[in-house]
Order: sequence, then structure tokens, then C-alpha cells
Amino acid sequence: MTRVRRWLPGLLLVTPSIVVIGVFVYGMLGWNLRLAMTDRHDEISEGRFVGLENFVTLWDEKRWGISVHHAIVFTAVFVLGALALGWLLAFLMEKGIRGEGTFRAVYLFPMAVSFVATGVVWRWLMNSGQGERAVGLNRLFGMLGLDSLQWEWFRNPDWGMAAMAIPAIWQMSGYVMALFLAGFRGVPEDLREAARVDGCTEWQVYRHVVLPLLRPVTLSALIILGHISLKVFDLIVAVSGKQIITDVPAVFMWVAVFDSHDPAKGATIASYIVLAVSVFVVPYLVWTLRRERGEKRS
Amino acid sequence: MKGGTTADAPARERDGGARAPRERDPVARARRRSGLARGVRLALLVAFLVVFLIPIYVLLVTSFKPLTEADPSRAWAPPEVWTLEPWRVAWDRLAPGVVNSVLLAVPGALISAALGSMNGYVLSKWRFPGADVLFTLLLFGMFIPYQGVMIPLVQLLVRLNEVTASLTGAHGVFYGAIPGLLLAHVVYGIPICTLIFRNYYVTIPDELIEASRVDGAGMLRTYWSVVLPVSGPAFAVVVIWQFTSLWNDFLFAVFLTGPQSWPITVMLNNIAGAQTVPYSQQMAAALLASFPTMIVYVLLGRFFMRGLMAGALKG
Repeated sequence: MTRVRRWLPGLLLVTPSIVVIGVFVYGMLGWNLRLAMTDRHDEISEGRFVGLENFVTLWDEKRWGISVHHAIVFTAVFVLGALALGWLLAFLMEKGIRGEGTFRAVYLFPMAVSFVATGVVWRWLMNSGQGERAVGLNRLFGMLGLDSLQWEWFRNPDWGMAAMAIPAIWQMSGYVMALFLAGFRGVPEDLREAARVDGCTEWQVYRHVVLPLLRPVTLSALIILGHISLKVFDLIVAVSGKQIITDVPAVFMWVAVFDSHDPAKGATIASYIVLAVSVFVVPYLVWTLRRERGEKRS
Repeated sequence: MKGGTTADAPARERDGGARAPRERDPVARARRRSGLARGVRLALLVAFLVVFLIPIYVLLVTSFKPLTEADPSRAWAPPEVWTLEPWRVAWDRLAPGVVNSVLLAVPGALISAALGSMNGYVLSKWRFPGADVLFTLLLFGMFIPYQGVMIPLVQLLVRLNEVTASLTGAHGVFYGAIPGLLLAHVVYGIPICTLIFRNYYVTIPDELIEASRVDGAGMLRTYWSVVLPVSGPAFAVVVIWQFTSLWNDFLFAVFLTGPQSWPITVMLNNIAGAQTVPYSQQMAAALLASFPTMIVYVLLGRFFMRGLMAGALKG
């Protein structure tokens, strides 16, 4: 009884938040899934239960296939690009360098700005005009005598989404850098020193001591970048609007809800996005929970 | 590591056997090489710095250009005549959005911090059975793609509109208005705010809480007199984090607000999306819309960083 009295007030204090999250996160995810399983393809019909029909027929739609393909290309380029650049920046700074504060501040500041605002300038930078009409990067290439580098950027039907990943890399690699830098600095100097005394070269120290210890940081960065990537929306809308040429599931969902007025289709697309994100976020959360428990026990 | 030891052993023996003047040689060489490496690292970092600043250069330079200098041939050149005209036009168009964004981001950040602080306190210092599992379930809310809740959220807010209209006669209180957007942000901000506070409170020694308990103070009393007075840094982190995400949010805003309640990001996107608006005005508008968060970043970047790192879970 006394034990119950000990923890009950705490439980009561967090109950409102728990209820709210229960309703707004889990309740609404369920509600959305239920809607996706109905034939409510306009805003007035009641909607009969049709099972997974919408989830199957969505694949018949050409635009869906395109947007999934785009999301995959974007995710691959963005995640690998941001990871590589962020790691490189951290690696260059790891041992301390004059003016480190300034470098960090500049690499990180894009994080403080919205994709909508930076989208304005990236749309200009990645303008597809070439030759006389060129502005932005194409004009810069022309000025540098690198005319052959001029291309359509995000308007390229095959690799446009790779171009679209550039602003995202610019925005997020500073964050990855900060994560890796914290990781690098978290490696105890004793460990490195011990390896050096054992006769390891600097590269071997890095390869066998530092790198394995960076694994958790790399995993965190991967999860964060990946889930941002799969739901990317602001950036695409800001740079190119709702054009099919840069369509991704999140934009397609927006179009389905507001332009096609098809709630069931919107809900189906949304469910797919949730599924894609959950596939790697849920194992990550479970892993984090287990690890924390393990730490407490040991 | 072991392989390294054996491979280097003969080399070390050789060095050891060498005469004194030759021994200094590798040291000097290593020092010279590390000096060179430092130079290369610095050069690369500066190169990246320049690349990172290109978009900022473009934004600034273009925003001060008069329309007469809008020719593509002058795209990268600084303006010959500097003008504030684009800024004036941009300000006139954005002003209503600024008001909406302030009304959204300031109360939103404060309410989120208050909630997060209480939750974090309980989940770190006043734990109940199953708190860990519950916390993990809470964290999932931080990662969900908001598209997955958007349609039900819109339906709920529309329903709330109907309810408030029938009770008070006031129309459009939630859906298509700031309170609805505020509600959404506060609710979906609970996980990250709770996480940041929890990770911060974990560092407070349990003995302090225990001592307060022994003195007969209850949960709220302990919170008020022991925990809250040392919570300053965590409040700074959460308020800055939430302010930035509310100010920069676009997704919730396009789904939940209407022309009267559009925050600055939606207004900016409308200006930038219109083909008829010159680049100078678009870029001035983009800079205006980013000012508050940039200032916060410049002045309080330290706290902003901590919020970012908390997002990586292991704070």
C-alpha cells in the first residue's frame, strides 16, 4: 500500500499526457488505418469497409510508382550524402583546429532555418535554364568555364531527385557532423594512447579503436536521416511545388486530400509512409530501451 | 591491434639501435607531416565553409537588388545600386503571417516546456511500474510521420469547431485557426520535450530527491523547491527547440490553417510559389521569415545544439 502511495502521484501527473498521446498518436494512426480500409473516395460518402483493397489498387496508379521511386532515390542520395559529408567534417575537426567554433556554427546554422525559406534560394540555385538564360549554379558553372556541368537539376526525369537531395544534405550534414564530433570526443584518450603504446599506427587506432565506438552514433544518425527522408515534404513543395516530376508520397498524399478530395486514398498513402518509417524506427526504439535497461543492471 | 604490434616491432628495434642524431629525424618528419596534415584539414574546412555560405550570399545579394538588375547575366554580382524596396514589399506581404507565427510559437513553446518538465520529472525521479515501456511508447510519437495522423486530426478539429460553435456561438475556433494548430504542436511536441527534460533530470542526484522526501515534502513540493530551481538550462533548450520547430513548421500549417491564420511559412511559400514575384522580393521574404530563428541560433546556439543532440535519443 505504501509502495502504491509512493508512485501513484507520479502516474497521476503524467496521465493527461499519456492519454493525449494515446489518442493523438495511437488512436489517430488507427483511425487513419481504418479510413484507408474503406471506399470513402469523396467527402460525403459514409465509406464501407473494403479491407486492403486500396493498398493494392494504389500500385496500379502510375503516379504512386513514380513517387515511391523518387522517395527511394532521394533517401539513398540524401542519407549517404549527409552521412559522408557530416562524417568528413567531424573527422577534419576531430583533433581540434583553430576557429572550430566558427566552423561548427556555420555548418550547423542551416538547421535553424526552415526548408521553406531555404527552398527559395535552392530553387534559384538549381534553376534549369542554361546558356544565356542560366541563373544560379548553371550560371556559376558557365562563369567558371564548366559549361558541360550545366544540367536540368531537379527537372531531370531520371536523376532529378538526386539534385533534390542536395539542399537536404546542405541542411542536415552539420547535424550529422555534431553527432559524430560528440562521438569522436567521447572516445577516451586513454584508449587511443594504449593502442599507440601497443604500436598501432594512427590509422590502426582509428580503424580498430575509434570506429567501433562510433557505431551507436552512426546508427542514430541513420535513423534520424532516414525518417526525415521518408516523410520529406516541405523541401519538395518549396523547391518545385506539386509537380509530378518531383513527386514523393508525402506530396502525393497532400494532393489526394486537397486536390482529389479522396480521403481514403490519402489515408492509404499516409499508412504506407507510417509503415516505411516504423520498419526501422520501432526496432531502434526497442534496441534503445533494452540498452538502457542493460546499463542500469550492470 | 595485435597485428600492428608485431609488424612494428622490428621497426622500433631499428630506431632504438640508431645513433642519437638519426633518432631525432623521424620525430621532426612526423611533426612536419602533422603540420602539413593540419594545413590540408584547415584548407578543406575553409572550402566547405565557402560552399555552405553560397546560399546565404545569394539570398543577401539578391534581396538588395533593384528590378533593373534582375538580368541573368548579373545573377552572381552584388547590386550596383543597393535598395531596400524588395524588403519593404516582402514585409508588407508577410506581416500578417508574422503576427500569426508569434501567436503560435511563443505560447506553444512555453506550454510545451511546462508539460515536458512535469513529465520528465516523473519519468526520471518519481517512477512508477512500467514507466520505461510507457516512455518508449511516448517516444514513438516523436518519430511518426505526421501524415499518418493528419486526416483524423483535421476531422477532430472540424468536430471541435462544431462543438464550440454550438456551445458558445463562436465559429472556426480550432480548425482553420491558430488554437487548432497550437493544440497540434503542443500535443506532438510532448515526446521530445519529455525526453529532453527526462535526460536532464536524470543527472540530478537521487539523494537530493530522497532528502526532500525524508523532510516530508511530497512530489509537487519537491518539484517546486528542489527540481525547478535547477531546471533553467533544460527550459532554455526546450523553449528554443519548440520555438524553432513551431516557427519553421509548414506541414501542420498547410493542413490545419486557412488564409486568416496562415503562419509565416505558408505565406512565404505562397509568395515564392507565385511566378510573378521577382526573385529579389522572394529572397527578402525568405530572410525575413528566417530572422527570429537565426537570431535565436546566433545568440543561444549552445542550447539549440543540446536540443539537437537530444533528438538523437542518447542525450
